[in-house]
Amino acid sequence: MTGAPVLAVEGLRVALRRTGVALVSDVGFTVARGETLALLGESGCGKSLTGQAIMGLLPAELAASGTIRFQGRALPLGDARAMHGLRGSRIGMVFQNPRASLDPLMTVGAQVAEVLAFHTVTPPADRRARAKALLADVGIADAAACLTAYPHELSGGMCQRVAIAMAIACEPALLIADEATTALDPTVQRQILDLLRSLQARNGMAIVLITHDLGVVADAADRVAVLYAGEVVERAPVAEAFALPAHPYTRALLRAVPRLDVAQARFEAIPGQVPAADAMPAGCRFAPRCVLADAACAAPPPLHALAPERIARCWYAEAA
Amino acid sequence: MTAPPLLAVRGLVKDYAVPGVVPWRRRYRRVLHGIDFDLAAGETLGLVGESGSGKSTIGRAILGLAPATAGSIRLDGAELVGLSRRAMRPARRAMQMVWQDPGASLNPLMSIGETLDETILANHPAMPSADRAARAGALMERVGLPAEMLALIPGPFSGGQLQRVAIARALAVQPRLIIADEPVSALDTSVQAQVLNLLRDVQREQRLSLLFIAHDLAVVRQMSARIAVLYRGHMVEIGPSAEIVRAPAHPYTRSLLAAVPGTRRNAARTAAPLAEAAAWSGCAYAGSCPMAVARCRAEAPELRDLAPGRRAACHLA
Repeated sequence: MTGAPVLAVEGLRVALRRTGVALVSDVGFTVARGETLALLGESGCGKSLTGQAIMGLLPAELAASGTIRFQGRALPLGDARAMHGLRGSRIGMVFQNPRASLDPLMTVGAQVAEVLAFHTVTPPADRRARAKALLADVGIADAAACLTAYPHELSGGMCQRVAIAMAIACEPALLIADEATTALDPTVQRQILDLLRSLQARNGMAIVLITHDLGVVADAADRVAVLYAGEVVERAPVAEAFALPAHPYTRALLRAVPRLDVAQARFEAIPGQVPAADAMPAGCRFAPRCVLADAACAAPPPLHALAPERIARCWYAEAA
Repeated sequence: MTAPPLLAVRGLVKDYAVPGVVPWRRRYRRVLHGIDFDLAAGETLGLVGESGSGKSTIGRAILGLAPATAGSIRLDGAELVGLSRRAMRPARRAMQMVWQDPGASLNPLMSIGETLDETILANHPAMPSADRAARAGALMERVGLPAEMLALIPGPFSGGQLQRVAIARALAVQPRLIIADEPVSALDTSVQAQVLNLLRDVQREQRLSLLFIAHDLAVVRQMSARIAVLYRGHMVEIGPSAEIVRAPAHPYTRSLLAAVPGTRRNAARTAAPLAEAAAWSGCAYAGSCPMAVARCRAEAPELRDLAPGRRAACHLA
C-alpha cells in the first residue's frame, strides 16, 4: 500500500436508534487504491450494514458512529445531503439483484445517460456515445443494441454488467459491490469478477467486495476482513487467511466448505448458530461455538496484531 | 445395479406454453428434451446445471407438479405419466420434496406440531392422536430439534432450523424417494454443513433414494454417488461423482468446474450464452463451446456410453 488509503473505517458501530442495540459494534479496515478488500461474513454479521453505512444508505431507524475516512476526509455520517453528492460519483455501488437496481421502464441507454447527466458535465449530445462506450467497457458485445433495450430483455448477467457500467460511469475512486455476483450462475459470476478485476487494473479504483462466499474471496480479493456477529474477528491478506487462518471462526468456516477434490465422510459443521444482536455473549462472541473456548473467553478478547496487516480478535490467536 | 431401479425416467419431455396474445396461436417452449436416468433404492443422484437447465423441472415432473409432456416416469415399475391427481396419490406418498426456502414451504400460521400432524394424518388416517404426537416428537428428535418447538409457529426460527423441520415433514410419511431442490443454497456455510450431514444420515438409515438438485458442484459431489449434468434441457453427461469431477468428458461440465469459485483454474473461458436457444439443429452447447466443430452445429450428439456407467452427449468426448 502506498500513500493514504482510499477508504479507512475505524470503530464503526451501527445501532438501532430506539433500543441502542448494536448490530455492528466494532468494524475497522482500510482499502488502498487498486486494491480489493473482501468483507466476509454469514447472514446477520453486519457486512451489508457496514457497506450501507459507508454509502450513507442506512435505514432511518439505524444510526452509525465511528469514523469513515474517504480519500482522507471524514465522511459526514448521518448527513444524507452531503453523502448524496459523493454517492454515484466518487463512490460507486453494485448490488445483489441487478434487475431491481435498474428502472424497468427506462431503456438501458437512458439510465446510463442519466447518471452522466446527474454527476458529470458531459454535454447532452455526447451522453449517448459515452453511454455506449461504457457498455462496451463492461464487455457488452453489441452495445448499440443494448442502449435501446429494456432491462427485462437482458439476462441477469447482462443487467449486472449494465449496473456496473452505471457504477463506473463517473470513474469512482471506490466501488462497493454488495453480494454483486450471488444471484448469478457460477460461469456468469466468474465473468463479472474478471470484469471487476480488469476495470480495476485500468482505472485503479479501490473495491470493497461484500460476500458470504469464501470462493469469491479466494478468487477476487487481495485482503479479507472476516466479520462475526458485528465485529471484525480477523483481517489478513487473502492467501494468508486461507493458508493459516488465525481466528477459530475463520478456521471453522474454511473447514465447513464442502470440497470438490476428495470425498468427505462428514461435513465439518460449526455447531450452534450466530447469537442474536440483543443477546450477545459478554465475552468472546464466538466462544459458545468455539472448540478452543475456556474461562479466558468470558472476557472480550482484544484485537491481537499478529503481523503487519494481520489481526485476530482471539485470546488464543498466537497459538494458531 | 442388479436390482430394478426405484425410479426410471425415460425420454422425459416438458413443454411450457409461452404466453401469447391469442390462445389459438399459442407457442411452446421445450424445457426438457428427452431425459433418461435410473435411480436405485438407497442411491443419491445429483442433478447439476445453471438456471434454465431444467434441473428443477425434472423434480417437479416426477412429483406431477409440472406434468410431463411426453416420456415415461416409473416408480417401482408403475407408470406415473398421464395419471390423474387422484390416481397419482399413492405414488405421491412414496415421494417427498424438500425445497430451497423452508420459510416459504412451511405454513406461517400453523405451529410446527400442526404441520407435522397434518402430514402424518394425511397418510395414516386411522392413527390415534397420541400416536401421531409421539411420531412427531420422534421426528423432531431425529432431525435434532427440541420437542418444545412443536408448539411454535415457524416465524422466529432460523433457516437452518426450518430446513430441519422441512426434512422432518418429508420423513413423516416414510417416503422411499426424497427430491431435494437446492436444499441448502439459502443457508449460511456453517449451517449448510449441519443440514447436509442430517440429510445424508437419514438417507442412509432409511435407505431412501435421494434426487439432489443443486448448482453447487462441491455440495453435489459430496452428497451424490452419481452426477447428471444438465444444459438447457439436455442431459450432457452422467457418471460417478468422483470421475465427473476428476475427468469431465463434456466441455460444458469442464466450464462448470472451471467456474467453481475458489478454484481459479484458467480453463477455457465460456462465452456468455447470449444467443437464445440454438438456431441450428445440432448440439445446444455448440454456440458457447470452445471446442465446437462443424459437425456440432449440424448434428445433435446422442448421450452415448464412454465407459460402464459413464455417458456423455458430445461428438468429441
